[in-house]
Amino acid sequence: MKVVVDMNKCQDHGQCVFAAPDVFTMDDDGHLLYVPDPDDALRDEVEEAADVCPLQAIRIEG
Amino acid sequence: MAAGIVVAGASLGGLRAAEHLRAAGWTGRITVVGEEPHMPYNRPPLSKEVLSGKAPFASLAFTPKPATADVEWRLGTRITAARLDERTVTLDDGSLLPYDGLVVATGMRPRRLRCPGPLAGRHTVRTLDDARRLRDELTRPGVRVVVVGAGFIGCEVAATAVALGVAEVTVVDPLPLPMAGPLGELLGRALLKRHEERGVRFVLGAGVAGFHGDERVTGVELSDGTVLAADVVVESVGSQANTEWLEGNGLDLSDGVLTDESLRVGGRPEVVAVGDVARFPNARYDGVPRRVEHWSIPTDTAKHAAKTLVGAGPGPFAPLPTFWSDQHDFRLQSFGAPALGLADVRVLDGDPAGDVLVGYHADDRLVGVVALGGQPAARLAARYRAHLLQQPALTA
Ligand SMILES: Cc1cc2nc3c(=O)[nH]c(=O)nc-3n(C[C@H](O)[C@H](O)[C@H](O)COP(=O)(O)OP(=O)(O)OC[C@H]3O[C@@H](n4cnc5c(N)ncnc54)[C@H](O)[C@@H]3O)c2cc1C
Repeated sequence: MKVVVDMNKCQDHGQCVFAAPDVFTMDDDGHLLYVPDPDDALRDEVEEAADVCPLQAIRIEG
Repeated sequence: MAAGIVVAGASLGGLRAAEHLRAAGWTGRITVVGEEPHMPYNRPPLSKEVLSGKAPFASLAFTPKPATADVEWRLGTRITAARLDERTVTLDDGSLLPYDGLVVATGMRPRRLRCPGPLAGRHTVRTLDDARRLRDELTRPGVRVVVVGAGFIGCEVAATAVALGVAEVTVVDPLPLPMAGPLGELLGRALLKRHEERGVRFVLGAGVAGFHGDERVTGVELSDGTVLAADVVVESVGSQANTEWLEGNGLDLSDGVLTDESLRVGGRPEVVAVGDVARFPNARYDGVPRRVEHWSIPTDTAKHAAKTLVGAGPGPFAPLPTFWSDQHDFRLQSFGAPALGLADVRVLDGDPAGDVLVGYHADDRLVGVVALGGQPAARLAARYRAHLLQQPALTA
């Protein structure tokens, strides 16, 4: 599975971090970091993260 | 089960209902009926990025999920009535649509001011078309805007108008502070100061008595007789639920549609409600049914209601509500139910003049936190979210 976050859209709400903490984290300045190629076992979490992003900035490919 | 599931309303709640029905294993027909001509789109940017021109209208659409490729969308179609005993809904062309399962996702529409005066020049912001029309008016040079209602949407629109370069932006409200109803006085005062510093004028403690102008609005007359000159008026005085089509079925429609703790409507196993329109008890709090107009709720309710509808017995619904509001250069970020803890509000961190984290308590228990400011405040709120999730339920 490939995860792409549109960093032009992302406004660091952090909702994805609650939904999929294994894939999304915040750095010390509160900006988003993420694993672009997470294990397929995490698909449900990542889908939830995409759904709860207020900016709808998270895309799942494959 | 040939009739399948009908979803009434094609916005976030309707979309998520269709998606979660598939995720819960429903392979039968799904028909989503929506009055607007558009596929579901994201509303929060309407009062912010869309109004300011930062986000094109086209960027609002939700990305379709492969599992819902065979969902039938009946857009530009209004449901005018429902007969729950017969399991049918009536469409605006007079035809009947039978269902085996029904999802109520018809959301809200803006409440309008009923006072004398012309209608032209008066706006509300709920739909794409509303935002488009308002943007066209706000970008006219020298325009004077009066926003009626100092709630979230009113304050967001005022902030966006300032960002657009509108020189005269006035917010009117009968209450003494903006957003104090849901957030309390402490933040109400802090928000008033921030808005005023950035160029928004407030006339508080005054209601609207009427509008001046012949063809088109030229002024807003307040209850004390003062007249504010206005080329554009934005009415943001709350919303009312779209439930008229459900009348005649013996349901409690006094404020949205009442559901049980599984989001079931009228005790029927085949009818559920989701999103802004659903008035549900939250097992996390006192069991009193309430509507929650936050963006996170359509998704939370749809997930739960879909399981209820397919008979998966998901147990009592107990979401942790969350919302945000972007105004000027600051963000409000809330977790929990601050409105239940307005009698005991404490600053947990920071200072109302800068980044601040405010805690709301009931029975000495933390029931909600709201951060105001930039990233540091948002990070602190996030830390308290885990704490809120662990709090025991409130007793009724
Ligand atoms: C301008 C604006 C800004 C917002 N900003 C924020 C924010 O910053 N943060 C936040 O947390 N929340 C925000 N919200 C709230 C959030 O957008 C709502 O909670 C969410 O849209 C609710 O979704 P829903 O699907 O339940 O209802 P709605 O979005 O109201 O959708 C209901 C749909 O049903 C259709 N419908 C109604 N009656 C019928 C009928 N009889 N037949 C067929 N179709 C019908 C309507 O046309 C509509 O498309 C904002 C809302 C608005 C309007």
